[in-house]
Amino acid sequence: MNKAVALLEEKFPDEVVEVVEFRGDTTIEVKPERIVDICTALKDGHDTGFKYLSMIAGMDYSPASPRFGVVYALYSHKHHDRITLKARLADDQAPAIDSVAKVWSTANWHEREIYDMMGIRFKGHPDLRRILMPSDWVGHPQRKDYPLKGM
Amino acid sequence: MNQVGTMKRTETMLLNVGPSHPSTHGVLRVLVDLDGELINSADPDIGYLHRGIEKMCEYRTYHKCLPLMNRIDYLAGEVNNFGFCLAVEKLLGVEIPKRAQYIRVLIVELTRIASHLFWLGTHGHDLGAMTPLFYAFRERETIMDLCEMVSGARMFPLYFRIGGLAADLPEGFMPAAWEFVKSFPKCWKDYDTLLTQNIIWKHRTMGVGTMSAGDALDWGWSGPMARGSGVDWDLRRDNPYSSYDEFEFEVPLGNSQGDTYSRYLVRMAEMLQSNRIVKQALEKIAKTEPGDIKVADPRVSLPPKEMVYSDIASLINHFKLIQEGITPPKGEVYQCIEAPKGEMGFYIVSDGGPQPLRVKVRTPSFVVLGSLDKLCRGRLLSDMIAMIGTMDIVLADVDR
Repeated sequence: MNKAVALLEEKFPDEVVEVVEFRGDTTIEVKPERIVDICTALKDGHDTGFKYLSMIAGMDYSPASPRFGVVYALYSHKHHDRITLKARLADDQAPAIDSVAKVWSTANWHEREIYDMMGIRFKGHPDLRRILMPSDWVGHPQRKDYPLKGM
Repeated sequence: MNQVGTMKRTETMLLNVGPSHPSTHGVLRVLVDLDGELINSADPDIGYLHRGIEKMCEYRTYHKCLPLMNRIDYLAGEVNNFGFCLAVEKLLGVEIPKRAQYIRVLIVELTRIASHLFWLGTHGHDLGAMTPLFYAFRERETIMDLCEMVSGARMFPLYFRIGGLAADLPEGFMPAAWEFVKSFPKCWKDYDTLLTQNIIWKHRTMGVGTMSAGDALDWGWSGPMARGSGVDWDLRRDNPYSSYDEFEFEVPLGNSQGDTYSRYLVRMAEMLQSNRIVKQALEKIAKTEPGDIKVADPRVSLPPKEMVYSDIASLINHFKLIQEGITPPKGEVYQCIEAPKGEMGFYIVSDGGPQPLRVKVRTPSFVVLGSLDKLCRGRLLSDMIAMIGTMDIVLADVDR
């Protein structure tokens, strides 16, 4: 079994929702509430050591519910191991999750981009403001209900 | 630096750099809070080149995404397509023939040299060394000509396809590529002579923009940026794709100072390593069967043109692939490649339909630019120009 999965099932048995193996990629879906604890454990764990966050992606799964989600791609240089961590956010109207900017500094800009593009709030983020769109922009362009053209 | 540090504190000033300034490598605006010439904070303002590529991908078939991908990092057009094609092929579960894999490696490594040459020319130019630009663009032009030979286009070759290549290498390509491979180390010596021991160059780059290995990982640095800080990591070697495990090359690590000069040494050495890979790729291609350039899977690859004109089943297959597109199974993959600027990743989610549900592009430029403030704090304003140059950012790659 993947070491990250083993660690999470040992330390956070109630948080792991689903583990999917597809084309050699391991995707672990967890509940969003304790995401900072989970990320810290994966980063500092001796057998995991995911010191490097590749990216965070915001997801809009509409029309499915829960509509929004956040995906983290992690890499461990120690074991040359890669996992994808996923959390679905319960609130479709005002989606929010804790920020992991304190775990990995690089998360800062990724979370700003998701806030800008998807409208997902990151609680505890040091500087949550728009990044790609102008600061007075209305709406979140990467949501599925945002029009592709005709603005 | 010490003399400056003991100067009397004065009123701070907010300086607007860019968005169209020659040293911002595109349209980057940086709001710099200055105390005299010292930087208190630097806040990059990006998005001027945001084209919504990720959003547009959700409304078109996988093949129609390819021209968009070319334009993410426009200095290494085909590298973006390489990553996207690999990601979709992973989603489909297909592996392309060896010949096509080698040709992809060949084109991508040539593109890496072209991208590094562009970095070398502009970075030098930003810091007042104008001559390297002319030398670097001389060889870059040869690579552009090679790209033109395979596809007719220079900046955006659009030569790779999901499941293989658009066409086999044209006649005359191999001798031209061999000529480049043989002459490049001598040309490389020209840049090396101009800069490596140049005292002004050393003064402008040594000790500027230092980053420890631990911080580099914390800030998500990858590729030459991380290797300049001593992180011994190369995706081509550690997570090989497209037969990179069959190639021999070294992963240069700079001088372990983690400064701008170290990253200069890394990229310089990488060009020679890429040239080595190109040479091996040419040898390997010569041993494979010409024409074997795409997967023999009618759900992915277009049938041969002569069959489309003479066989009704092939005609229908061609029509359906173009009109409806390929339909990967439901699932999600993350595929990353060692792009010239660092880790370029594609997170693709498929709902089983002909259009992707989500395409997230992880670009190296976006990530390193996020650490500009950390690098600049307490440094001189003129050092910021060196730091933007050493990051090797392309604003199209930052904004997507």
